[in-house]
Amino acid sequence: MNSTTNFQVDVIIPTQTKYLHLIGSIGEHIGRDLEDFSGDRDALAYHLNLVLTEATTNAIKHSNSNDPKDTVRINIDIQEQELIIRVYDHGQGFDLETVPKPDFEHPKENGMGLFFIKTLMDSVTYTKQEEGNILEIRKLLI
Amino acid sequence: MNVTEEKINGFNILFVKDERIDAHNSADLKDFILHMIEQGQVNLIVQMENVRFVDSSGLGALLSGLKHAEAKSGKLSLSNLQNQVLSMFELTRLNRVFEIYADLNEVFDNEG
Repeated sequence: MNSTTNFQVDVIIPTQTKYLHLIGSIGEHIGRDLEDFSGDRDALAYHLNLVLTEATTNAIKHSNSNDPKDTVRINIDIQEQELIIRVYDHGQGFDLETVPKPDFEHPKENGMGLFFIKTLMDSVTYTKQEEGNILEIRKLLI
Repeated sequence: MNVTEEKINGFNILFVKDERIDAHNSADLKDFILHMIEQGQVNLIVQMENVRFVDSSGLGALLSGLKHAEAKSGKLSLSNLQNQVLSMFELTRLNRVFEIYADLNEVFDNEG
């Protein structure tokens, strides 16, 4: 019997880094509890923790820091064969295509976050919209 | 950031007590390391046994420490990395940049 139930987790947090632990932990728990996932669940749990942490950090960085009421919304959509993370921010946005890959021969302190997301997940898109930007990350669970 | 420093066998060892290094506490870790280097402790070992999770900003903080130590002819090495944490260094090839030891005994045997 297929024990996976489709479900969604929807969280709205203030744009403060102290909430990264909470968001990362949700991802870690989801990864560990995916009973039908036949791959390395410890690795998946870490990767979801990491990707949610990096994506949320990114949204906080790009947020409107002058507005104390600004929020980041994180939606995690767990389906039978795919997990979709959507992170919504209200900042100016950025161009996903122009973010350079890290230079492994001359490593720098910054710029590894999107590399992790792109490397560990199956697809990443960033859509700028008037009402808010959406970073959408997909991970196949098969 | 919860860290303690100890001098063992002549090595300056920084024990990271937090389970998690992310953008919330990585700047504190970076500042702590830079402060130690400025105080002349340019040969550092960061002991990470308690660290279950590190993100890109945590790797960046350690890399910053390494670069500052090397700029003063010193060295920053790592020990006791948990498997998933080590895999982050491998993914970013930073395992080729840092000296990574299994535990402090291996540090003392190799660097003594």
